Amino acid sequence: MIDIEKIRSDFPILARTVHGKPLVYLDNAATTQKPQPVLDQILRFYTDCNSNIHRGVHHLSGAASRDFEAARETVGGFINAQRAAEIIFTPGTTAGINLVAQSFGHAFLNPGDEIIITEMEHHSNWVPWHMACERAGAHLKVLPFNDDGMLLTDNLPALITGKTKLIALSYVSNAIGVVNPVRQVVEMAHARNVPVLIDGAQAVQHLPVDVQALDCDFFVFSGHKMYAETGIGVLYGKENWLASMPTYQCGGGMMDAVAPGKILFADPPLKFEAGTPNISGVLSLKAAIGYITEIGLANIAAYEQGLLHYTVEKLEGLEGVVCYAKASEKCNAVSFNVDGLSSYDVGLMLDKMGIAIRSGKHCAEPVMKHYGINGTVRASLALYNTDAEIDRMIEALERILTLMR
Amino acid sequence: MNPINQIQDKVVQEMAGLEDWMAKYEFLVGLGKRKAAIPERFKADENAISGCQSNVWVHAAMNGKRMHFEAESDSVITSGILVLVLRVLNDQTPADIAAADLYFLEETGLSDELSPSRAQGLAAIIQRMRAAAVEAKNSRVR
Repeated sequence: MIDIEKIRSDFPILARTVHGKPLVYLDNAATTQKPQPVLDQILRFYTDCNSNIHRGVHHLSGAASRDFEAARETVGGFINAQRAAEIIFTPGTTAGINLVAQSFGHAFLNPGDEIIITEMEHHSNWVPWHMACERAGAHLKVLPFNDDGMLLTDNLPALITGKTKLIALSYVSNAIGVVNPVRQVVEMAHARNVPVLIDGAQAVQHLPVDVQALDCDFFVFSGHKMYAETGIGVLYGKENWLASMPTYQCGGGMMDAVAPGKILFADPPLKFEAGTPNISGVLSLKAAIGYITEIGLANIAAYEQGLLHYTVEKLEGLEGVVCYAKASEKCNAVSFNVDGLSSYDVGLMLDKMGIAIRSGKHCAEPVMKHYGINGTVRASLALYNTDAEIDRMIEALERILTLMR
Repeated sequence: MNPINQIQDKVVQEMAGLEDWMAKYEFLVGLGKRKAAIPERFKADENAISGCQSNVWVHAAMNGKRMHFEAESDSVITSGILVLVLRVLNDQTPADIAAADLYFLEETGLSDELSPSRAQGLAAIIQRMRAAAVEAKNSRVR
């Protein structure tokens, strides 16, 4: 069960005002606010044990290294990876996808090969594959979705050929909030020996993720979208893939031996973690996972689902408001538009009433093109949002609609 | 007095009674809704302004000794702002447009009400108009 008052009191920023009104923060797909345990962890690291890791013999370094690797275990447990060595820390989802696109692409993508993505991908899960294909002389294929937001998975078997090397898709769409049938896609892909990368940036904070049950080959997500700091993310990769992929960025901390003409790279995960990582970020991620786990992801999922249904129901009750991908199973976000107003107009006016939403293309231009629109207003939820906040957004929209008449 | 400044002062006066942002947006939305669309041929790629989050087109051409602008946006608030900017700058001489100090944006509080990204877009629109005026001015001098 969610004790919403207790949860809200954990997030100091929720008490602030914007333009003289209490903040209603509904831009959680962009980034989430941070609870006190995460804030405390960040401060504690820099006041008590800041030190570089894996390198020193002194006490602080040893303690930081142990905490860092303990965090790796925690992250592995959070997504049910088989081994902590399958968890690579990255600066974020975008960096993780770029790592795979470049490393996997370099090793396995040949002229004439294919990569499949979907029409609803965020640019961070589109452009790296586009560039990898360009470099290799390979082709990028796009699996479309329908106006209800459903991926046309019936088209997938025909799209996969003997030249398909990888499929990359999002678990939950950042633009329209739909939940994709990723398990089904993995099954279809594996039946043809094609590995799958899942972009879980909009999923891990809203529903339980089990990478073994999904059987995906790669899984990426960001810390800052799940109540941890910015600048930290995770790339999960199955052991065999990580072992066979060449290095990505090189430098200190990822080699076992360096001599003229001979370099011995470390095993994964360190092989893919060159330089000093975002140690504070990693520890903040562990704290965020602890926070989420104590409340319980199943409880969070149930609460947010209820709130999302309430939001969509209220929006659909407004004349002049159109919601997208209504029929699909959704998670965390709803995109809509107001008749006669660009999404920027709505965003500006909602902001003046203390309401933070995201307006625009959401780094998903193909989604906008699909619907023939320039952008949407996106309200995206987190575990600290309430139906009272949704009521405020609806009242604000009613005010805006009156203005337009 | 400079004709551009005369119009600016009138705009400032017209908006003086609008105390809060809601009243200002109501005013701009009213202007924007009533603004006529511009001919399709003026919405060519070379007239599109980048740096705006909404779509904006500005077409500039000399009409005798005066510069005439046609401008449009798919954002109704931006359209309202365009109506005011056009009121101030349209059909003036290139020299006056190039030299204009658009103080009305500050004095009406419009520049405060715009988000940083929106203000950048507005700056880009005005910059395009100025650039067209400077080009026209320089070509006449030659």
